[in-house]
Amino acid sequence: MVPLSWYLILAAALFCIGLYGVLARRNAIAVLMGVELMMNAVIINLVAFWRYIQPTLINGQVFAVVVFAVAAAEASVGLALIISIYRRRNSVVAEDMNLLKW
Amino acid sequence: MDISQIIFLIVAAVTIISAALVVTSRHLVHAALWLIVTLFSVAVLFVLLEAGFLAVVQVVLYIGAIAVLILIAMMLTRKAMSDEPAQANSQWQISLVVAAAAFIGLAGLLNANAWPGLTTVDLSGSLTQLGMALVRPDEFVLPFEVASVLLIIALVGAIAVAGEKK
Repeated sequence: MVPLSWYLILAAALFCIGLYGVLARRNAIAVLMGVELMMNAVIINLVAFWRYIQPTLINGQVFAVVVFAVAAAEASVGLALIISIYRRRNSVVAEDMNLLKW
Repeated sequence: MDISQIIFLIVAAVTIISAALVVTSRHLVHAALWLIVTLFSVAVLFVLLEAGFLAVVQVVLYIGAIAVLILIAMMLTRKAMSDEPAQANSQWQISLVVAAAAFIGLAGLLNANAWPGLTTVDLSGSLTQLGMALVRPDEFVLPFEVASVLLIIALVGAIAVAGEKK
């Protein structure tokens, strides 16, 4: 039997790897891939808590479904923004996107 | 150590190694392919947690839609990064320290707590239960509809932002 803490520590590791990707990558699409890893860690946590703490209530899975929908929306809008910026400035490097920075 | 623990450890190792390759791979298309491996092993974790429907959604939505979308966006912006020498920015060392510190803190916190063990429950009706919970007015119909409206707004917004302007 796998203890709940193993799932939680795996999710924490996945989240931290995604965090490193978000902070350290230069390419904006690679930053978005880090965000996807972090979202997956969150969903693992939700499903693990559902299975171990209240498997008779379905609420945990419903939350996971909502997170899936939000992840799809985030990916589509994020990639559209990156493609739009690439068209205008011919670059996908996150450091170059500094129009709003002062 | 029983069989489920061995399977979990193998899947966890695949998840962690492929996720590490996602954030460190020099070639971005390789990183996207490793992302697919990570997402697939997370789907295997959902199967281990007896959430079969979410495993299917993970494969169809994450691998079938989001990963392919990322690959297509990569192809559309291919010229931009192919001749760049460095894929990590100047703050990558401090990012590594921050991520490692966050993991150590979280792992210590999670280990210190006494979590409930796994109970054997009959989960054969959980898919029906999930479907009913998403459309029942006294349960989650409102969040479900809000999520669908959010998806429509996101799709319209994506088309408006990325569409060619004359």
